[in-house]
Amino acid sequence: FESCLPSWVLTGAPAYHLILEGILILWIVRLLFSKTYKLQERSDLTLKEKEELIEEWQPEPLVPSVPKDHPALNYNIVSGPPTHIITVNGKECINFASFNFLGLLNNEKVKSAAQASLKKYGVGTCGPRGFYGTFDVHLELEERLAKFMRTEEAIIYSYGFATIASAIPAYSKRGDIVFVDEAACFAIQKGLQASRSNIKLFKHNDMADLERLLKEQETEDQKNPRKARVTRRFIVVEGLYMNTGDICPLPELIKLKYKYKVRIFLEESLSFGVLGEHGRGITEHFGINIDDIDLISANMENSLASIGGFCCGRSFIIDHQRLSGQGYCFSASLPPLLAAAAIEALNIMEDNPDIFQTLRTKCERIHKALQGISGLKVVGESFSPALHLQLEESCGSRENDVKLLKRVVDYCMNSGIALTQARYLEKEEKCLPPPSIRVVITVEQTEQELDKAASLLKEAAQSVLN
Amino acid sequence: WLNSAGSSFCSVVGDAEHIPDHRINHIIHNGGLYKRPFNEAFEETPMLVAVLTYVGYGVLTLFGYLRDFMRQWKIEKCQNATEREEQKDFVPLYQDFENFYNRNLYMRIRDSWNRPICSVPGAKVDMMERVSHDYNWTFTYTGRVIKDIINMGSYNYLGFAQKTGPCQEAAAKVLSQYGAGVCSTRQEMGNLDKHEELEKLVARFLGVESAMAYGMGFATNSMNIPALVGKGCLILSDELNHASLVLGARLSGATIRIFKHNNMQSLEKLLKDAIVHGQPRTRRPWKKILILVEGIYSMEGSIVRLPEVIALKKKYKSYLYLDEAHSIGALGPSGRGVVDYFGLNPEDVDVMMGTFTKSFGAAGGYIGGKKELIDYLRTYSHSAAYATSMSPPVVEQIITSVKCIMGEDGTTIGRARVQQLAENTRYFRRRLKEMGFIIYGNEDSPVVPLMLYMPAKIGAFGREMLKRNIGVVVVGFPATPIIESRARFCLSAAHTKEMLDTVSLSSCLPSAHAC
Repeated sequence: FESCLPSWVLTGAPAYHLILEGILILWIVRLLFSKTYKLQERSDLTLKEKEELIEEWQPEPLVPSVPKDHPALNYNIVSGPPTHIITVNGKECINFASFNFLGLLNNEKVKSAAQASLKKYGVGTCGPRGFYGTFDVHLELEERLAKFMRTEEAIIYSYGFATIASAIPAYSKRGDIVFVDEAACFAIQKGLQASRSNIKLFKHNDMADLERLLKEQETEDQKNPRKARVTRRFIVVEGLYMNTGDICPLPELIKLKYKYKVRIFLEESLSFGVLGEHGRGITEHFGINIDDIDLISANMENSLASIGGFCCGRSFIIDHQRLSGQGYCFSASLPPLLAAAAIEALNIMEDNPDIFQTLRTKCERIHKALQGISGLKVVGESFSPALHLQLEESCGSRENDVKLLKRVVDYCMNSGIALTQARYLEKEEKCLPPPSIRVVITVEQTEQELDKAASLLKEAAQSVLN
Repeated sequence: WLNSAGSSFCSVVGDAEHIPDHRINHIIHNGGLYKRPFNEAFEETPMLVAVLTYVGYGVLTLFGYLRDFMRQWKIEKCQNATEREEQKDFVPLYQDFENFYNRNLYMRIRDSWNRPICSVPGAKVDMMERVSHDYNWTFTYTGRVIKDIINMGSYNYLGFAQKTGPCQEAAAKVLSQYGAGVCSTRQEMGNLDKHEELEKLVARFLGVESAMAYGMGFATNSMNIPALVGKGCLILSDELNHASLVLGARLSGATIRIFKHNNMQSLEKLLKDAIVHGQPRTRRPWKKILILVEGIYSMEGSIVRLPEVIALKKKYKSYLYLDEAHSIGALGPSGRGVVDYFGLNPEDVDVMMGTFTKSFGAAGGYIGGKKELIDYLRTYSHSAAYATSMSPPVVEQIITSVKCIMGEDGTTIGRARVQQLAENTRYFRRRLKEMGFIIYGNEDSPVVPLMLYMPAKIGAFGREMLKRNIGVVVVGFPATPIIESRARFCLSAAHTKEMLDTVSLSSCLPSAHAC
């Protein structure tokens, strides 16, 4: 027995040592047998109290009621195809509201290519790309888009909105930093929200503001270099902004990219098929090497008059989306007839490169004609096919502005020009643009029609606003 | 142990000595809520199989590390695409570890997915042959087409994926009249008369007051859930919900709590706790509670316990969002989905959502419900304001197929197809069970997951079935838990009995037996 005891007991440890240990042992025994109590006073509600609480709780109604005259509730009903001559609410008008820039919506060759595809494949694909939803038309379309844009690879999505909204979260995760323009469209905002990254907004097209933010980030990095080495940085801009009709200063952005080591994601929904000598977008417009842009995303719903969207760039970047783009992996693929329509539209774009110059001339003509309307100002570049007409002076509240613009639009619709107001979700936008009328120029509009539209808008503004 | 509470699984654990019948069958007639037997089974993984699966993954991981090491030291050529020279000093775009699974496990069996086809995705399909000379890093197409592969992978439940027939003819007519695209959003100039016609028809089909259609099923969830709930609301979501529901719930900003898959006690406990204790920390009452469930869960083949969910929802005054992506058209005596299957009132479900991709052979999604709900969505849905509306020929395909299912086109084709699908389901599941496979899910669900478990079997099963001219879908991690890899069969009304016999016999040969 004595050999079991530790040596100091036998030799005789100091008395205080033994007393201290004795106290500790008693304390442990006390703790073991004392009742546990939670830190927070979790009220032990009785069953009856719980049932009363459940009885009393009243939820809000699932949706609040919408007033009957809400401007966005009553849609325009278009009977028949939304082509150059469009029948809106029973009236025949010239279409200045659909983004059919190259007039390919009604093109016979596009329709017959889609018909041939419909006869071969039916309508739907019945599966996502991973599970027997990859058709040879999809592979062909991706190859053609990559060749047209002169990049290594392209990937298609079945919905234009989902393209950029799935592309951004595939690369930018929690902890990464994204510098985005204030006037970015809603799809980009949703993509950023889904990515959970740090968002830094810079003033629209203001390179000085962007540089200031980048410099601030640089000083932050120097404080914590280990974190900086794994934090990815991105700049997200649009080629031709939907909300303001102007273009981003891409050459300066490229300079900033290499100076501060940030990657650029370019959203070209409006500029694809519009800018540039062959319609390749803003990189061709400025003459920039396409490899300098990390990712170009566009939707096929404007110039190509189809449905869906695509991203193109180097294989290193695009291939990643095939496993991590949510809208690509978890959603059915694009119906083959729409892919065939897009391929044919691309063929037409490649065969007729002069339509881009025609479109640009028409845009400049109407831009000039719309200057000087009293009460309305033109917002947008002279070569942009999607312009905004905003009120020069707001009449106090957004609601009243919207009502006033509606009267202008109705006047024009009654006289044969179909226009629409630009629609936004007022509570969801980060930087809500002011209310405006959207004017869209297409290649199919004749010069008389452009002049008619301009004079009609002048008349409408005169009668409604004065 | 035997759990006597009515609505949970009864499991009888057999003795280890004699051959145990681990079949966890479950028939409940829970207080008259269910009008028909509810048979759902999720057999437990046999112990030996689980151990071997872990061993398999362990070996693969070790090899993965070895190969990465060799690639890093340039002993082996690196086949990955790499960053540009000019951007080598940028922060790396991908973390090395993120791609470990991709490089070393997925790449080995990559040929089981993304198989390109070149015909209509009906009961039989033509596939383009592709070969790889460098172990799946790159593929080349030989130019040959493998014809008439039995298609067990496409979501073609009622066989509407056809290149001839009334649906295709109607779609062709509309295509020549309207064109393929629309080029505008619903709220601006993209609302065609065809869309209004479609929405009225869908509302009638579902038995609700009003409906709204969208261009993409995924986007229907991710863009409308944020419009319905926001901060201060609670979302109770099933464990195995689809990525679109999870994304929509996250984007809404509401608090999300997960309940165990199809487990009504777990849901009830969460509901009680939520109402009694209110929001975390501030204890304010929740603004509203939304329960997110799916009709058929596509990876498990299970059907939601809708009568119990509706009873709970009424008791606790919450709202129900039912995603019928796979169940609309595929369940129910008249093909109207899981509500029809259980014989319930469609007005009890607050938000009925579904997609047109699976049973209607088209693309897109819809939401149906009360008129106030749909009016609100027409005004505030993200898709109505910012996304292009549906393509007219696709809309026409949906209109024709819905009319066919309802019988309004004057034929009984729709009814016959719904019945054929139910028969095929029962027959196929019975055959596979008789052969000894472990099949998950409900007896009436046309989604049939056949368990494979081991990583090597995933690739082997897919390839061997293809050699016998059958195309199946195999799924592994991360779509399923790591040891529960499976092959998933999607039955169709277009499959004949001979095709099903061929498939079930061929499944035996690639040795996919349970234990």
